[in-house]
Amino acid sequence: MPPSTRVQRLVKGVLKGDKGSIARTISIVENNEPEAQKLMALLYPKTGKAYVVGVTGPPGAGKSTLIEKLVKELRNRGKTVGVVAVDPTSPFTGGAFLGDRVRMQDLSVDPGVYIRSMATRNYPGGLAKATKDALRVLDASGKDVVIVETVGAGQSEVEVVKVVHTVIVVLAPGLGDDIQAIKAGQMEIGDVFVVNKADRENANKAVSDIEAMLELATEKKGWKPPVLKTSAFTGEGIAQLLEFIDQHRAYLRTGVFDERRKERVENELIEALREKITESILSDFRRRGEWKRLTLKVLARRTDPYTAADELLSKPLKPRTRRKT
Amino acid sequence: MSKERKIRVVIAKPGLDSHDRGAKVVARALRDAGMEVIYTGLRQTPQQIVETALQEDVDVIGLSILSGAHLTLFPRIMGLLKKKGLSDVLVFAGGIIPEEDIPTLKKIGIREVFGPGTPTSTLVQFVRKNAPKRK
Repeated sequence: MPPSTRVQRLVKGVLKGDKGSIARTISIVENNEPEAQKLMALLYPKTGKAYVVGVTGPPGAGKSTLIEKLVKELRNRGKTVGVVAVDPTSPFTGGAFLGDRVRMQDLSVDPGVYIRSMATRNYPGGLAKATKDALRVLDASGKDVVIVETVGAGQSEVEVVKVVHTVIVVLAPGLGDDIQAIKAGQMEIGDVFVVNKADRENANKAVSDIEAMLELATEKKGWKPPVLKTSAFTGEGIAQLLEFIDQHRAYLRTGVFDERRKERVENELIEALREKITESILSDFRRRGEWKRLTLKVLARRTDPYTAADELLSKPLKPRTRRKT
Repeated sequence: MSKERKIRVVIAKPGLDSHDRGAKVVARALRDAGMEVIYTGLRQTPQQIVETALQEDVDVIGLSILSGAHLTLFPRIMGLLKKKGLSDVLVFAGGIIPEEDIPTLKKIGIREVFGPGTPTSTLVQFVRKNAPKRK
């Protein structure tokens, strides 16, 4: 099949919500295959309808299990849902064990739900490089709500804040010291805080710890992040959580999100430019004779990487501006 | 560009037995060989396994079974795969499967059956060699 026909067929399938087409499209984007850019170009105009929720928090807090309950509640309300669950790639072998589906088994066969596991492929920040585009594919496929689960996150895994409407930070009782530890990163990105495993001891203590922490934070304009207890085990708090998500959504609709989106789009444009410029300039450098000579020089410690980079930059650049297809 | 391409595998446990040690060993070995392994957990129906394979766009499915229900469940899985257009997915099996059942399983499309004691390196080689090549 010629590539252009394949692209058309996949786009058509995605827009109809066909799971096989969605799955293959996400793979193509994830593998950065030649059709990836064309696919996303055709799907992008169809995005912007889904409500996108990010779920983050430390490993073992119960993110996947909570998402399962959340999805079931959304299904009861007649919403279709897409989920992208990110787990880490081993930096040593490049492989990954993706286990989030174990907690979401019942959802596999629901026609109104699509779940995709995604490995970070060593992209930093708690998501994979292709996560953003995977969310867009699900958005374009007509899902009402799209949920992304980050890797078990600590201080610096805050990429999620750039790709969703509402960030839910999930914690669990007994992480008291960790609440201190994560205050620099995650405590700043939560729109809603959840103390999961509320059926366990010390849940109230955790709630008041977080509330105390939030008191110290500079208030986001017009939105004070609520803290609630949930138990993915008993179902406690799940309906309330959806209620808070809706409230946050209403808050964003007051114009807050439009402002944010403009900033996001600019940042994305900068990122895309940076990637393309780097790619074209680097490939130009690599083709030059000095590249090998300078690499060897640094290897032999006769110069350092910064001086070598300066030397490379001292010659005029001849970047290819067009990408070979 | 295809350097980023990874072999994606679902390791699934159909049926009602809850012995997942073998499945986890296999999942771990394939992960350590650089593959992306999706683990489904216990007690999966054929529908759940095939839906997972479809949504995750996998190249390979590994089925682990120790309950003796392989002659009932595997044909259902293979039938559903075909129905969903996933006939090119490589399927292998492991667990407690009697020698005399293996020809029947191969006839329905299970490419290989690995018994207890199979070195994980054999398995990794098998998957690398037989995973479908996509264009």
